[in-house]
Amino acid sequence: MIEVRFFATLREGRGKIAQISAEEASAANDILRRFDIPEEEVSILLINGFHSKPGDSVKDGDVISLFPPVGGG
Amino acid sequence: MSNAYYEKIARINLSTGEIKAEPLDLEIAKKFVGGRGLGTKILYDEGVATVDPLSPANKLVYITGPMTGSNSPSSGRYMVVTKSPLTGMIACANSGGIWGAKLKFAGWDALIVEGAAPEWCYLYIEDDKIQILDAKEYLGVLSEELDDKLKEKHGADCSVLNIGPAGEKQVLLAAVMNDKDRAAGRSGTGAVMGSKKLKAIVVKASRKQLDVIADVDALKEANKICLKIMSDNPLTGSGLRALGTASLVNVINSIGALPTKNWQESFYPTADQISGETLAEKYLVKPGACFHCPIACGRIIKHDDKVVGGPEYEPLWAYGSDCGNDDLHAIDEANRLCNEYGLDAIGVPCTIAAAMELYQNGCIKEEDCAGVPLEWGSTKAIIEWTKRMGDPQTELDWLMSSGSARLCEHYGHPEFSMSVKKQEIPAYDARAIQGIGINYATANCGAAHVRGYMIAPEVLGIPAQLDRTVTDEKAGWAKTFQDLTAVIDSMGTCLFTSFALGAPEYAILLNAATGTNYTPEELLEVGDRIFNIERMFNKAAGMKPEDDRLPKRLLTEPISNGPSKGMVSKLDITLPQYYEARGWVNAFPTDETLKKLGLDECVGK
Repeated sequence: MIEVRFFATLREGRGKIAQISAEEASAANDILRRFDIPEEEVSILLINGFHSKPGDSVKDGDVISLFPPVGGG
Repeated sequence: MSNAYYEKIARINLSTGEIKAEPLDLEIAKKFVGGRGLGTKILYDEGVATVDPLSPANKLVYITGPMTGSNSPSSGRYMVVTKSPLTGMIACANSGGIWGAKLKFAGWDALIVEGAAPEWCYLYIEDDKIQILDAKEYLGVLSEELDDKLKEKHGADCSVLNIGPAGEKQVLLAAVMNDKDRAAGRSGTGAVMGSKKLKAIVVKASRKQLDVIADVDALKEANKICLKIMSDNPLTGSGLRALGTASLVNVINSIGALPTKNWQESFYPTADQISGETLAEKYLVKPGACFHCPIACGRIIKHDDKVVGGPEYEPLWAYGSDCGNDDLHAIDEANRLCNEYGLDAIGVPCTIAAAMELYQNGCIKEEDCAGVPLEWGSTKAIIEWTKRMGDPQTELDWLMSSGSARLCEHYGHPEFSMSVKKQEIPAYDARAIQGIGINYATANCGAAHVRGYMIAPEVLGIPAQLDRTVTDEKAGWAKTFQDLTAVIDSMGTCLFTSFALGAPEYAILLNAATGTNYTPEELLEVGDRIFNIERMFNKAAGMKPEDDRLPKRLLTEPISNGPSKGMVSKLDITLPQYYEARGWVNAFPTDETLKKLGLDECVGK
């Protein structure tokens, strides 16, 4: 399974966490499509805590974290 | 010719009661802009670096920048510049709200307060008239209540800056508060006010806007350009308004850089319970904005039966994961107490976290804790010890209120103090984010995140995404961020505008307002000059090269859990690169560097 964690406004209508089977996604952008999230709405995309790009591959056991623009100090 | 300054500084000697207006030296203003830069220059020239910070010889400079009070975006900042009793070095605590704009509207670029009053007093400023009034009846009054009382006396249209009980007692973690929940929070500026028996400064102004802008039409155009950029930027346009700085809790935790239990861990499994998302869901009433700010990052929250200023990212982290606590309501309360007692909402909870590690290791014993053991996750402990640090009575109260460096040194475990130059480190683990460690180590005010916010490129991808785990090119980035920050601070503009704006935009704003012709490159050189004069203040104050260091834990103890497990800070690589980029040898500028920056007054010192 792949765990998808949504944050800030990306939680709206999706909840906090979803699990999908590894067969459903080979790259991060498959996950974005699966949850109907336009790429431009994702400001920070983490795979297992490391900054990644939508085209980066994902595998069973990965944790994907998706953030819209957030920040502060 | 108008130039965005009122060209007037008030010098108030509290020992003699003498108050005089002095002209602003425009040549110096041009070299140092205002605010942080000009304040430091004044203190350097007046020999404040070598004085005892809590003696009458120290001076407090309350200073605006040329943009303060203008109709440019997020332009309500003022700074308190002094010699810090916490670090023994330069302090420049920056705050928003409306107080700074009102001081400018009253016709003052800055106030220099010197000496010490024989009895407790406060300043009442009404345009060009300044009075020293009796404050005895306000002693012991909490900050928000005092704001109400002084408004009752002087009218609702005044703005109040004050210290709470912590500042009165010269607690080294005391903040200067203004407009109830805004704080010039760090480096113990509140204690310096207390040492001068100065409880508050009330400002009332007839002007409602600046009437000294050099080129009104040019500034209107510059504002239009900058507002459009800020509005189109997803962070300054809507992101910060929606969740505030608190939105960072989940981001920083997700990369494994959220210090937990005094930095023994760096990933907090229940971080979501203290996050911006949860704060918004449970307690947010509305966003709050400082003077003329379209960003509105502040949090106005419902807390029990009150509506108060809510916690920023820093106290959410420091009272939260750093103390092993995921009770958001308790954090709201502790944060409120920091505002009421007038305390640094970073330094205080970080010191509580250090005390909890001392307790964990048996250095502080249960019988020392007067009924409130310093146990990880204790909501009672974070609330009660905040009160005790704000109004210390016992020996341990006093030790804690002096910050983690002095506390941990007392118990023979200096390594438990997560501080630089005796000031507590903010909420990003420098083992997981290599560039921010350079700033922690070298910030002239002691550990700070707002002296070169490397989190922007290393985590948020602003203006470009850097790999947080490597050292490559970080020294150069850190220097540029530090220099630009020094300019933004000195202008009186909020640093958060820099999520959207860059040096070219700041140049057009400043040039329109002041009538100067800075190029973006020249502006960065001004920032370099400001950073260097701060460093020379510190050198005169006795700073040593070894003060540019990170706690041993960050250099030798790899992160123990989470996504960044195994990482350590590589400051041994980045610090020499940074010194080279600055033109420094062994932590200090060479004479050649000083001459190049036009700091002839510092050459040979």
